Amino acid sequence: MSSKPRIVITGLGLTAPNGNSLGEFRANLLAGKARIAVIDVRHMGRHPAGVCDFDATKWQKRKEIRNGTRVGSISIFCAREALGDSGLDWDKVDKSRVGVYLGITEHGNVETENEIHNISQFGNDTKYWTHHHNPRTVANNPAGEVTMNMGITGPHYTIGAACAAGNAGLIQAAQMLQLGEVDVAFAGGVSESIHTFGIFAGFKNQGALGAHEDPTKASRPFDKNRNGIVISEGGAIYVLERLDDALARGARIIAEIAGWCINSDATDAVLPNPERQTECVRMALQRAGMKPQDIHIVSTHATATALGDVQECTALRTVFTDCPETRINNTKSFIGHCMGAAGALELAGNLPSFHDHWVHPTINIDELDPECALPGLVINQPVKVDRVDAILNNSFGMLGINSALIVKKYGVA
Amino acid sequence: MGLPDPVWTFETNPENMTKDDIKQVVLDIIADIAPDEDLAAVKPEVRLRDQLSLDSMDFLDIVMELRKKHGIEVPEADYVQLASLDSCAEYLHPKFEAKGK
Repeated sequence: MSSKPRIVITGLGLTAPNGNSLGEFRANLLAGKARIAVIDVRHMGRHPAGVCDFDATKWQKRKEIRNGTRVGSISIFCAREALGDSGLDWDKVDKSRVGVYLGITEHGNVETENEIHNISQFGNDTKYWTHHHNPRTVANNPAGEVTMNMGITGPHYTIGAACAAGNAGLIQAAQMLQLGEVDVAFAGGVSESIHTFGIFAGFKNQGALGAHEDPTKASRPFDKNRNGIVISEGGAIYVLERLDDALARGARIIAEIAGWCINSDATDAVLPNPERQTECVRMALQRAGMKPQDIHIVSTHATATALGDVQECTALRTVFTDCPETRINNTKSFIGHCMGAAGALELAGNLPSFHDHWVHPTINIDELDPECALPGLVINQPVKVDRVDAILNNSFGMLGINSALIVKKYGVA
Repeated sequence: MGLPDPVWTFETNPENMTKDDIKQVVLDIIADIAPDEDLAAVKPEVRLRDQLSLDSMDFLDIVMELRKKHGIEVPEADYVQLASLDSCAEYLHPKFEAKGK
């Protein structure tokens, strides 16, 4: 990609079940602190779920919150926090040259389920169906709410990419910056999935909904007794710019986007395909001009399903042979599966490693599954390493969508 | 329809609702749908849109809440009758009276 403009991260805002800022999130990852609640899911009783506790009124009027969506509030919070983190002088930014690209796993289920419940209280008479339903459920809703809140007049849309969406949002933004479509991009992934019973019921009936008497241990990728996914909400939105623009304004550069790949399994709707995942990671490495040995942290996608974790480990074992400096971790063990936000949040949690040289672990491993015993897997305790120059962020989703994103420490050749 | 029967309290029995009561009903609805607005100084004779930040979706919310909470229907042709608190009271009073009969 040497002929194309280099793209850098200059700001970041997030909300995760265990933190509403990168500092809080990172501290909890290094301290091994998971945070999973138990919530009442409509029609389904109590289930573990990752719940965010950011203050939506920090950046929104109460009417905006009422008329909009939960994921709209998550998006606005993350985008506003990212703007603050970026140091951009917002009054001087040409808003027509700003784009918003947000990855989503799904959108609209929450609002549709709410209205079906609402009219069920009125004999299913559709005259009680809210006129807010359509603006709440159009697929661009989260990104559109950000533009309205912040006065952004450039392009906005969401990227539907199942659970690969967090990476996909960042990749879309990098491409649009390289094409010169925008000068500043707000990009990442968001999710409000815990507010729809359908996703819980779907995973439950698929035998893939995680459970444990201690909710903080319900999400346990790579553990032999893992039993499925813990559904979570959250968001992570980055400010991306072309390197030249960032340097010209004296921006603090958090990391550089080095390479990426999105491909498709074309095999099964739910069972991942390790061959395609292998190809995806290798293509991202090739585009970044890197060898597997150059990657110091692999942030895995593993969701704690019986088969999915093994499939990803198979792919990683194929790519990362003879890589003694490559550490492998997992963030879902702390916060569950934040769906559309997962990839973006999991990357965020690892970014401080460039400078503090700590690698957070995957936690909740009481008995490591031998099929997941990857060399370099950081288990239960963080490890200090000599250097972290590049991070590979895996994010995979249903219908066989794979994404691999590589970011590197700025200034490293 | 299968609608639950509303449980009227003495104060809200629609037959006994005064025009001032109806203005309060509308204000209570506006307090829910426009929670950032200060409603203490709303002038009943002035158009609501001229003194509050309300858009067409908000007026649809008022119509919806009158339907849900009070069983009152406001046909689209009559939306203009909801312009001010005074006009709301004039327009809605006979509808509340009819509900009580």
